[in-house]
Amino acid sequence: MLAAALVGVPVWLTNQYLVHLLILAGLFTILAVSLNLLLGYTGQLSLGHAAFFGIGAYTSALLDVHLGLSFWVGLPAAAVAAGLSGLLIGRLAFKLRGAYFVLVTISFAEVVRLVSLNWMELTQGPLGLPGIRPPSIRLGTMASIPFHGKGAYYWLVLALAALSYGIASRVVRSRIGRAFVALRENEALAESVGVDAFRTLVLATVLAAAMAGAAGSCYAHYVSFVGPEVFLFSYTITMVIMVIAGGKGTLLGPVAGAVIFTAVPEVLREAQQFQMTVYGAILILLVIFMPRGIVPYLKERRAGAP
Amino acid sequence: MTGSTLEVSALDVRFGGVQALAGVSFGVPEGAVVSLIGPNGAGKTTAFNAITGYLAPTAGTVTFAGEPIAGLRPHQVARRGLVRTFQKTSLFAQVTVGENVLMGLHLRGASRLGAILLDLRRVRAEEARLREAAEEVMAFVGIAHRREELAASLPYGEQRLLELAIALAARPRMLLLDEPASGMNPAEKESTMRLIGRIRDQGITVFLVEHDMRLVMGISDRVLVLNHGQLIAQGSPAEVRRDPAVIQAYLGGEGAGAPA
Repeated sequence: MLAAALVGVPVWLTNQYLVHLLILAGLFTILAVSLNLLLGYTGQLSLGHAAFFGIGAYTSALLDVHLGLSFWVGLPAAAVAAGLSGLLIGRLAFKLRGAYFVLVTISFAEVVRLVSLNWMELTQGPLGLPGIRPPSIRLGTMASIPFHGKGAYYWLVLALAALSYGIASRVVRSRIGRAFVALRENEALAESVGVDAFRTLVLATVLAAAMAGAAGSCYAHYVSFVGPEVFLFSYTITMVIMVIAGGKGTLLGPVAGAVIFTAVPEVLREAQQFQMTVYGAILILLVIFMPRGIVPYLKERRAGAP
Repeated sequence: MTGSTLEVSALDVRFGGVQALAGVSFGVPEGAVVSLIGPNGAGKTTAFNAITGYLAPTAGTVTFAGEPIAGLRPHQVARRGLVRTFQKTSLFAQVTVGENVLMGLHLRGASRLGAILLDLRRVRAEEARLREAAEEVMAFVGIAHRREELAASLPYGEQRLLELAIALAARPRMLLLDEPASGMNPAEKESTMRLIGRIRDQGITVFLVEHDMRLVMGISDRVLVLNHGQLIAQGSPAEVRRDPAVIQAYLGGEGAGAPA
């Protein structure tokens, strides 16, 4: 039922603004699901996740603008580029833990943002890269058909979000996912039974980064423009809020968080200048009444009241 | 020096100006139960940490089954079959007992990311094997009926059993137990002692740090005594009990009588 309704959105939902919001929610779902692998399962607070998103967006954009390569090349390239950055930053940052680790991840995102802002020849700095082409599908020998309207994008994002969810769910139920949780729960004990903490944490980072990079590629081709603001810290904060409010360390939590916290700011536009104040108040209430997140809270209520 | 013999020689650990271990040498023969005892602060846990990779020795060598292991990281030591427990209760607190044991089975699985993402048949088969192995380990220590419960919610005695289950799941050749019976009541100590005997009967060498002398004297083949970072005696339980240096270390001055 739900799956059919989701797939059918472009058919039954005529309001293009709402479809746009669903596309954004889908992109944020990929980001939140990927961040949750790190934050929720390994327990490492990485505050540089927007960097992987941005690296993916820029990779895809640059391949299109400079080399004329399509989205279908850009998407995997973006995942690989972001994954490699994840490998690099993971290998550097996981020499440290706790507050020091958090600082390294923040600095990493800031460094990447400054590079995108100042490497004029490559990125056109603050002007950004406009004119990124939408994906197109070639049917046999006929001319390629570009994505028109939001419906096709919606399906693309829905498919990628479902893929991300599938990847996360297979990983966390495997011995690798158990190693993530073992490190979160008790690193010394995990090592005593043979878990290579460094390698496992780097692997989680690479995987999360590649997924975020794919989301970045999708985003770039959807809005057809990429600028340095994709690296903004506030995007990372939004992702962290989605994971924590939805329920970190659960599979459905980040999905719920992404959908809800894409919708909330839009709904709150009604409140005009009080938008962020109300947003803040909602967060505080959530933390007080559902400290473990929305999904665990609902599960408990369900289990408690037959 | 074959099999799973542990050889420690001239082990030095210094923390700044403090000499925690000074030239400690001893061996733990394969298949034996060996206890390391000594007053608080003698360096027992430090010795465990230096052997299992949780701290790097300042000097000296440690070999296990003929292979040098000093300076290896903890997970590398575990891979060679040397698995430890911790003095303070150490669990994966917020997951179930069954998951705890599965986490202990990490080294018995081999599936890699690619195969897991494709959900290959051999990944599923391995997962089924691991779950079976987890059941066996839980049954062995007697916590199978708790498999669905959160580790943190177990009573203390069963938490200590779960720690043993996690360590056993890693299929050790030698098990290093850091005060396995601390905080237990006499009945629990008794059953822990029997369990250690059964672990030894499985062919696993047991090396333990313990304060309870009844337990130590009851199950050990050999006893090593540390005091102020130095090995002051070693031998059979009976020999150690009579050793004047040991009596002096435990009672201070020239008191008479055995450590009790």
